[in-house]
Amino acid sequence: MNDTASALRIRPADMSSAPPARSVPTAIEIRDLDFYYGKGHALKGVNMAVPANAVTAIIGPSGCGKSTLLRTINRIYEMYPDQYATGEIIIDGRNVLERGYPLSDLRRLVGMVFQKPTPFPSSIKANVAFALNYYERMSKSEMADRVEDALKQAALWDEVKDKLNQSALSLSGGQQQRLCIARAIAVRPEILLLDEATSALDPISTAKVEELIHELSERFTIVIVTHNMQQAARVSKRTAFFHLGELIEFGSTSEIFTNPREQRTRDYITGRYG
Amino acid sequence: MAIPARRRAADVAAFAFATAATVFGLVWLAWILWTTLSEGAAALTPALFREMTPPPGASGGLLNAFYGSAVMILLGLLIGAPIGVAAGTYLAEHGRYTRLAAVVSFINDILLSAPSIIIGLFIYQLVVTTAGHFSGYAGGLALAMILLPIIVRTTDEALRLVPDQMREAGFALGMPRWRVTRQIIYKAALSAILTGILLGVARIAGETAPLLFTALNNQFWSSDLNGPLANVPVVIFQYAMSPYDEWHVLAWAGAFILTAFVLLLNISVRVLARRGKHK
Repeated sequence: MNDTASALRIRPADMSSAPPARSVPTAIEIRDLDFYYGKGHALKGVNMAVPANAVTAIIGPSGCGKSTLLRTINRIYEMYPDQYATGEIIIDGRNVLERGYPLSDLRRLVGMVFQKPTPFPSSIKANVAFALNYYERMSKSEMADRVEDALKQAALWDEVKDKLNQSALSLSGGQQQRLCIARAIAVRPEILLLDEATSALDPISTAKVEELIHELSERFTIVIVTHNMQQAARVSKRTAFFHLGELIEFGSTSEIFTNPREQRTRDYITGRYG
Repeated sequence: MAIPARRRAADVAAFAFATAATVFGLVWLAWILWTTLSEGAAALTPALFREMTPPPGASGGLLNAFYGSAVMILLGLLIGAPIGVAAGTYLAEHGRYTRLAAVVSFINDILLSAPSIIIGLFIYQLVVTTAGHFSGYAGGLALAMILLPIIVRTTDEALRLVPDQMREAGFALGMPRWRVTRQIIYKAALSAILTGILLGVARIAGETAPLLFTALNNQFWSSDLNGPLANVPVVIFQYAMSPYDEWHVLAWAGAFILTAFVLLLNISVRVLARRGKHK
């Protein structure tokens, strides 16, 4: 099964928007993905090719499965015993849903930032160094460099450089969220998943994080879930619309927002429901 | 903005009732402290902490009993706290969704409400009859048996109070469970876990029945854990039951110190909990 074939299999209505996806390499190839919460069927036969080094937004009404999709990509759902997925998610040529695929490898490759900021109850420095310590052996000065580098990439360095040893809990919500981004990118993943990462933030912090997402998209493949359609329109290159666990439409963001093919997409975009 | 008279009356009544209930609760504590203090005042001298328990008719203190109690509580803590925290961690983290954890949790609840005299008899049968003599080790072990289920339960609850988002954030970085637990979850739950341990210590500090069957008592100074060991609760029990006035006063003094110690522990718990919230 190659990229083209699965891109074409997405949906007949989406065929004409497939070519731009083919022009850039695919970072995440999702094939026939189904997801279950116990007996609840949360994702139904999802096929989707997420382009590399770009922002892909996932939108849809509450309960449509958009967060579930993210939680499937890094297999964080496996924390809970009654949740499971079937199908394939291909990253770097390997199906990461395969039992034998090591979780720590996957999660090093795929970072995640959650809706509520989740700073660990330790210092700012320790938060960023937390995963680095686990994956790599390095000297103190090397570690300090990597921490600084991650904080700079997360546009937080200037605000915290004089208080790296203070508790991360003393930061504001927006700063905490950027710290979580720094923590995720410190281990140099390829993919970054953002699950409504700005919905708990004020407008100014949101703008900062959005700007950051835009900058980071040069180096990372970013998938964001958002219930804020303006945000999807602002930051993403491609947008996927989900409804009741199905991928309804996936195409370039401008097309989805100005000229959607599916009636259900149009209804959602224009605020008929959701 | 006029509040109807009925609602205001209900408010006043509720306030009065709540205040009365609080006062009712506090009165007993104040009464206990006052009675033990005034009755034991005659013995509350430096000699209390310097001299041994006296024979009838002589004067003395409770030094050997304080020492024995401290050592046995410490021994109970050293055995009970690590096992209790480990088991609580299993219940809340590793075994959370398993059948085994549900069974362990259920059995722990039974142990939690087991009468302490049963624990005392159990250790008596297990250790004292086997070794052939009463000992401080047996006493410490009995206290550990009482402390253990308390710490298991409080640790389990403290860890469950840490939101799952924190675990998800740790796991999303690819960390294995033990590392997430040790470096994130323990830190987040630290003050709640310590609170549980302190409350457990407060509970075992006054236990008499299990020590009666295990450490027994010792009228003389002894630091030998392998023999009968003096301790505050059993001394209070024996001296209070005796016909001698000097012994009664010492029993009151011991009761006051014990009550004050438990009160102090509870106040530290409050302080700890508040600091935990501010963090």
